[in-house]
Amino acid sequence: MALSVALPKEAVPARPWRTRLLPYGLLTPAVIVTVIIVFLPMIEAVVTSLYEFMLFRPNAARFVGLGNYVKLVQDPVFWITLGHTAIWIGLTVPLQMGLGLIAALILNREFPWRGLARALVIIPWALPSVVIALMWRWIYDANTGVLNEILLRLAIVQSAVPWLADPDTALYAVIATLTWQGFPFFAVMILAGLQGIPRSRYEAAAIDGASAWRQFRHVTFPGIAGVLATAGLLRIIWVANSIDVIFVMTGGGPGYATQTLPLYAFVKARQNLDFGYGTTIAVMFTLLLGIVVAFYIARTSREVER
Amino acid sequence: MTQKPKLMRRILTVDLPALGIVLLAIGPFVWMLMTSVTPQARLAALGVAVTPVDWSFENYIRLVSRTSFLGNMWHSLVVAAGTMVLGLIVSVTAAYAFSRFRFPGRRLLMLQFLLVNMFPVVLLILPLFVMMRRLGLLDTHAALIIANATVAIPFSVWMLTSYINAIPRSLDEAAMTDGCTRLQALRRVILPLAMPGIVSTGIYIFITAWNEYLYALTLGGRNVRTVTVAIQTLIGEYQIEWGLLSAGGVVGALPATILFLIAQRRLIGGLTQGAVKG
Repeated sequence: MALSVALPKEAVPARPWRTRLLPYGLLTPAVIVTVIIVFLPMIEAVVTSLYEFMLFRPNAARFVGLGNYVKLVQDPVFWITLGHTAIWIGLTVPLQMGLGLIAALILNREFPWRGLARALVIIPWALPSVVIALMWRWIYDANTGVLNEILLRLAIVQSAVPWLADPDTALYAVIATLTWQGFPFFAVMILAGLQGIPRSRYEAAAIDGASAWRQFRHVTFPGIAGVLATAGLLRIIWVANSIDVIFVMTGGGPGYATQTLPLYAFVKARQNLDFGYGTTIAVMFTLLLGIVVAFYIARTSREVER
Repeated sequence: MTQKPKLMRRILTVDLPALGIVLLAIGPFVWMLMTSVTPQARLAALGVAVTPVDWSFENYIRLVSRTSFLGNMWHSLVVAAGTMVLGLIVSVTAAYAFSRFRFPGRRLLMLQFLLVNMFPVVLLILPLFVMMRRLGLLDTHAALIIANATVAIPFSVWMLTSYINAIPRSLDEAAMTDGCTRLQALRRVILPLAMPGIVSTGIYIFITAWNEYLYALTLGGRNVRTVTVAIQTLIGEYQIEWGLLSAGGVVGALPATILFLIAQRRLIGGLTQGAVKG
């Protein structure tokens, strides 16, 4: 018996090397392209961050080691923008998630035009960021914006508020816009999660006399917790990275009021053409974001095992 | 007897909240739509025209005749289609390898593509700018296609892998028993079956590339100016013509929005699969 089990193993000839190399061959184009367009630039970014490098004086580049990083931690604007990034992520992602959850719970009910409602709710997700940013600039406009008009009519404010020009409100106005842009993503993800919860669990809970709130806490929430965690992590990364909406709405101003860390890097490089320092900020931001990315990768790598 | 109160109750507890969410989602866009059909003079004097009586296509006519918007649409089309083709060609074979083979390094390579997808744009945009300048590619379609591919390739590798995973392995094995090689099985059996997945991945890449702004702004220029950049340049030097700007926004957003609505069912299926399983 033992012999017959062992035999086939030895009888199978070693797989020809061509077959074993095939998957690598199939992967080569994708890997080569990503190495050239992502990894090489990334390494170049790290190297650039060690130089004093102004774009308009490319020959005057000077190696400064970690000098840019020392300059960065002493730069008060770095700490301001870091704080804004924390507020930016800390408010936007929970707001998107909360609004998305409410939308998903409503759209999960039965009503005749559900399909249409679901399609329409996703629209903000499909719009270009530039269009979203300009649209909201128009809504927030201090003189002719519709938001002020509505608030004035309802007597909620006494005089028109310059939402984006006032340093105290600008950041929150942009956060509201990003919440609007991102909540459909959560709604769609959570809807998919809700549909995965078997109806029988709700029926069992109803028989036990569970109230609507208890049903939500003990059936719905556990059913979508995984989706919330994954979607939440993805969104933290996405929201942290997204600078186009702020850039178009306020350009980071007034002053530094709406500047987040990646936007600071972009503006430094774009307007001051200070590529050395701009890249340093970008690298620092990437390192900080790396903590969140690590969580996400650890979560997803369980998927890959299979 | 009980029918009516029941209906009322449903309207109050389901339809009205749903209407509220829908209005919240499309309200701002509808407002822009109405702004775009309000003639410039009326907009300045009375504000946005809410009733169809006062609507006109004045802003759209000005947009087409006075600006180079149609040319910008063409550039966006070339960039988005180019990104789609490059992204798909490179990713299909990679996705097939991830789906069908178990080989040393598979996990690491898959995670590498996931990681690439998370890289901040702002980290890549500066070295890509320097690279394109060195290669003389600034202000060409190629520059924008390459930059967009940094996002498109990793994304489509993951999407396509999950689509191909859904096709039973027994099909390639049957094809190979019938004398096909691996690559023939991929081309003749898997590709046709994966076509819906490939199409929706392609549409997603197209939409993302069409909507992309920062790369287009940084790596484009006078010759290659995509719609998203062009919309911003509609902002005048002294005052903003909101009517014209809104028309530009509506036209610029239209292709991606329509594609999205057409493909949404399948797209969302593909996008949510990973998250739900996790």
